[in-house]
Amino acid sequence: MSAPGVTTGPIRKDRRGRAARVSLVGVALLYVVVLIVAPLGGILYYGLRSGLGAIGDTFAQGDVTHAFYLTFVIMLIAVAVTTVFGIVVAFVLARDDFPGKSLVSALVNLPLAVSPVVVGLMAVLLFGRGGWFEPFFAARGIQIMFALPSMVIVTIFISIPFVIREVVPLLEELGMDEEQAAWTLGASRLQTFFRITLPNIRWGLFYGMALSAARSIGEVGAVLVVSGQLQGRTETATLYILRAFDQYQAERGYVVALTLAAFSIVLLMTIEFFKRRSTKAMAR
Amino acid sequence: MVAQAASRLSGRARSNPGASARWTLRGTAFFYLGLFVVLPVAVILQRGYGDGLTNLKDALDTFGAWNAIRLTVVMALVTAIVNGVFGTLLAYVLVRIPFPGREVVSAIVDLPFAIPTLVAGVMLVALYGPSSAVGGWFQDHGLKIVFAPPGILLALLFVTLPLVVRRVQPVLSELDHEEEEAAHTLGAGGWTTFRKIVLPALRPAIVAGALLVFARSLGEFGAIVFVSGNIPNKTLTAPVFITQLLSPTSYGATNGPGEAAAIAALLFGLAFVVVLLTEKLISGRLERTQ
Repeated sequence: MSAPGVTTGPIRKDRRGRAARVSLVGVALLYVVVLIVAPLGGILYYGLRSGLGAIGDTFAQGDVTHAFYLTFVIMLIAVAVTTVFGIVVAFVLARDDFPGKSLVSALVNLPLAVSPVVVGLMAVLLFGRGGWFEPFFAARGIQIMFALPSMVIVTIFISIPFVIREVVPLLEELGMDEEQAAWTLGASRLQTFFRITLPNIRWGLFYGMALSAARSIGEVGAVLVVSGQLQGRTETATLYILRAFDQYQAERGYVVALTLAAFSIVLLMTIEFFKRRSTKAMAR
Repeated sequence: MVAQAASRLSGRARSNPGASARWTLRGTAFFYLGLFVVLPVAVILQRGYGDGLTNLKDALDTFGAWNAIRLTVVMALVTAIVNGVFGTLLAYVLVRIPFPGREVVSAIVDLPFAIPTLVAGVMLVALYGPSSAVGGWFQDHGLKIVFAPPGILLALLFVTLPLVVRRVQPVLSELDHEEEEAAHTLGAGGWTTFRKIVLPALRPAIVAGALLVFARSLGEFGAIVFVSGNIPNKTLTAPVFITQLLSPTSYGATNGPGEAAAIAALLFGLAFVVVLLTEKLISGRLERTQ
């Protein structure tokens, strides 16, 4: 467009630009509302419609409390394992160099591509009837399938990438100068890690752990396949939701679903708040 | 650089992690990934294709198999395109256009990472299901959302929205304004500037995000299982189909787990290749900017 008048051109263009900006924001907001905000409103409405009585009633159910307890236990173990080993893998990826390193990096991302259902299937093929390890554990009387161990294993698989993906870039950015200094001053390797490295990667690590936790809590496909859905025994909170809707107890299903969502949202938002504050402090 | 070299020189005697420590770390990492990632993948391949292609053939002969795969791939493609476009738009709005409540919108975009996928499905049924006012209104006007493909699409769009936005956003905020301003001064309109200057710079990030959306959508289960209704040949997707092959009551499957493994390896091999491509794209772009 060639501006005909030097004085009117920019003004007219500006007005048109303003209209364009407003409509862009409008379309973006509409998309977010239709996709996220409105459904969130829907579940809030159905979850809270019957009032506090229904919520109390839901949590008075033995299988509901057990489901939450089981979800919590699985989450704790999965987050602990993926955190400890995730830090080791992150160190190897960020600091070490060896042929085939990119392959290891690809392996870390693999769980992001694999469907949870397939993760469950993997566990069935390894530990289920006719599975590779079934004779070994059956001979020792250890129950893997339809029990806690298989549920923990699939949840670990699914949560592997989160800590690693948060920590690797931090370690790379951090460099080794501070560690070298501590090390030359006579600190042991463990001291260096706990006094220097860990505080530096803290918030990224916590964020990765929170993502792991949120993913563990919400996992359904993999757990569904391996758990056998034994009511009051291998039924997690998400599996309870599935059953509640199947058995026309939608009200309880909504309450449990709302609780799970609220927990994950509060967890992630809190940690993101601290993470943001710390990056701001570092920039200053 | 200098500091690094200096510290390396001064500290060489003590500071480089000893060989034993390095091998301990390496060994632990390999053991962990081998046990939890390599082994499960190996078992899928062996059990799915150990007897050649019989399992795959049997699985594909099962009622509804082909349509489940087709529906899954088509839905994943549409999701990748729609969220590629709207994800870019959202990133642009969040980075470039100041408006009241921008922080809130930014936080909302992250919600799908926090909300369990199953709960996302429950949410969509609550709002767009036939028993709610909104869903009822749409149904009266001839648009069935839940228990139909539009519901599947909504569920996939919901869970994958942050993937594109969060990839495009940092690239956009690092982008130099100068070129755009130059284009403006030369008389280019907003749209032309975006198409000629901004879009090419964002393209790798958009494509990478959309590829991830595609891969993620191929495997999604939790968000879909409620919304789709799982009607064979109509709304049954591949992940749900796989769970049906595995359930003891499944019809017609002679070797349920093996057949499930054959289909799984096929579909999720595709997803993994896509994720690898994405990583290549991202690291390629990083190398170029450095």
